[in-house]
Amino acid sequence: MKISTLKRHFKEGAKNLIRNSWMTVAAVGAVTTTLVLVAAFLMLMLNLNQIADNIESDADIRVFIDLSAEEDDIDELGQNIGDLNRVEEFYFSSKDDELESLIEDLGEDGEAWELFEQDNPLNDVYVVETYEAEDLAGVASTIEGFSNVDDVDYGSETVDRLLQFNQYARYIGITFIAALLLTAIFLISNTIKMTITARRDEIGIMRLVGAKNSFIRWPFFVEGMLTGVIGAVIPIALVLGGYHFLYINLNDRLNFQFVELLPWNPFAWQLSLMLLAIGAFIGIWGSVMSVRKFLKV
Amino acid sequence: MIEMNNVYKVYENGVTALNGISTTIDNGEFVYVVGQSGAGKSSFIKLMYREETPSKGQVKINHVDIGDMKDKQVPYLRRSIGVIFQDFKLLPKLTIYENVAFALEVIEENPRKIRRRVMDVLDKVGLKHKARFIPAQLSGGEQQRVAIARAIVNNPKIVIADEPTGNLDPDTSWEIMRIFEEVNASGTTVIMATHSKEIVNKIRRRVIAMENGQIVRDEHRGEYGYED
Ligand SMILES: Nc1ncnc2c1ncn2[C@@H]1O[C@H](COP(=O)(O)OP(=O)(O)OP(=O)(O)O)[C@@H](O)[C@H]1O
Ligand SMILES: [Mg+2]
Repeated sequence: MKISTLKRHFKEGAKNLIRNSWMTVAAVGAVTTTLVLVAAFLMLMLNLNQIADNIESDADIRVFIDLSAEEDDIDELGQNIGDLNRVEEFYFSSKDDELESLIEDLGEDGEAWELFEQDNPLNDVYVVETYEAEDLAGVASTIEGFSNVDDVDYGSETVDRLLQFNQYARYIGITFIAALLLTAIFLISNTIKMTITARRDEIGIMRLVGAKNSFIRWPFFVEGMLTGVIGAVIPIALVLGGYHFLYINLNDRLNFQFVELLPWNPFAWQLSLMLLAIGAFIGIWGSVMSVRKFLKV
Repeated sequence: MIEMNNVYKVYENGVTALNGISTTIDNGEFVYVVGQSGAGKSSFIKLMYREETPSKGQVKINHVDIGDMKDKQVPYLRRSIGVIFQDFKLLPKLTIYENVAFALEVIEENPRKIRRRVMDVLDKVGLKHKARFIPAQLSGGEQQRVAIARAIVNNPKIVIADEPTGNLDPDTSWEIMRIFEEVNASGTTVIMATHSKEIVNKIRRRVIAMENGQIVRDEHRGEYGYED
């Protein structure tokens, strides 16, 4: 396509936007709302995934051995654990090792525990790692059935709840976003339908003098695309500014929990680019819908 | 050359507008199409620029069957035909210049050539001095001259006019006819549906008379032939 033609299509597309200014505001507003929600959703989901990954990657199973177990029992239990095929590796940690690391972990508060060095109340422990984080729960419950096992712990609550929340958030988010996307597309296609109606005479003359169909359609695609792109402006500003704010204020706090947010650069930029693409896409889709319906040859 | 071969046109509502039409119009001819209201004049004409397609039979332009032409080809056919209507069909918000230039812009003509060609054709219809006016500031006859300018700005081989003087008073009609005669004199085929007995009987050309979707008379240098 010639540059002059492309310029004309953009000029006409922009003119169309202005002509139906109220419908345009509604359509742009719908795109904006949709994209803000998409952005919030993606920020939450992708970070939760990242956090879940962080936690999962250093999650392991702690098998607390019965205080009454003899050395033979302990060896046998070890063998049984080693025979499980989802187990990647495991090691034995005596109650003395456990107490030592507890005192170390707690720092100054740990000094109180030093009193117990004479009469250690802790259990001996097997620390078990699985190949995949998803295997933790299954392996833990199998081990719970073995004899001489007092208790099994795999930090289940945190990971399970996070994964569960992630799942729910995903369903709810996707439903909402799908509904909003459809609304935005519908509003855009309606706006463009009105433009097509308003320009019927003009389109008739274009046909009469031999304009190609693609030429007649282009300005409407441009109109849709511009609606989508303009609708992406506020969401992108929110992502670039808002995520910066969140990152600065939350990340240090989360760091204590051995958890990290996705870094602002490049995450916020990638997300912005994605919003722009989604905006343009729903805009073009909306226009394709009404052009197909109302601009029959 | 335009050829129609046993052409029928039945509209979707079941009305038979054309009922077995066969005729040939050579390049450079000037043809009046006359007949009472509902005789099928507009339907006959619409087949030539593929506004409608025949229900049966062939419509050929320069030996190409435009009835089963691909949709993609239609714009190129239309570029070689100028069409003029009773109600001018100008775009009210555009100036006279812009209305004519529009026809070249939308077929992606080279922008550098547009200005010159538009001014030339406005000169030909005697409206160069009103190029900056909008249609509402012009008389009916002047608006029709703009429509003619738009129809001929791309140098079409065929000009088709459906009652071009239908909304105009007699004096203005003669001005329009003078332009058509000039267009025809330069070699362009002109086909004009009309109800004007005065024009047909004064400027004597080929007359195709229609009745009930059929050609009932076809004479060179013919007459209008009946009272309305
Ligand atoms: N698009 C259409 N759909 C259905 N019927 C139509 C259509 N166009 C024309 N007709 C019918 O076809 C017949 C011929 O119409 P046409 O317009 O060709 O006549 P005409 O000779 O041009 O008449 P007029 O002098 O009034 O313009 C009429 O009965 C008309 O009602
Ligand atoms: Mg008619």
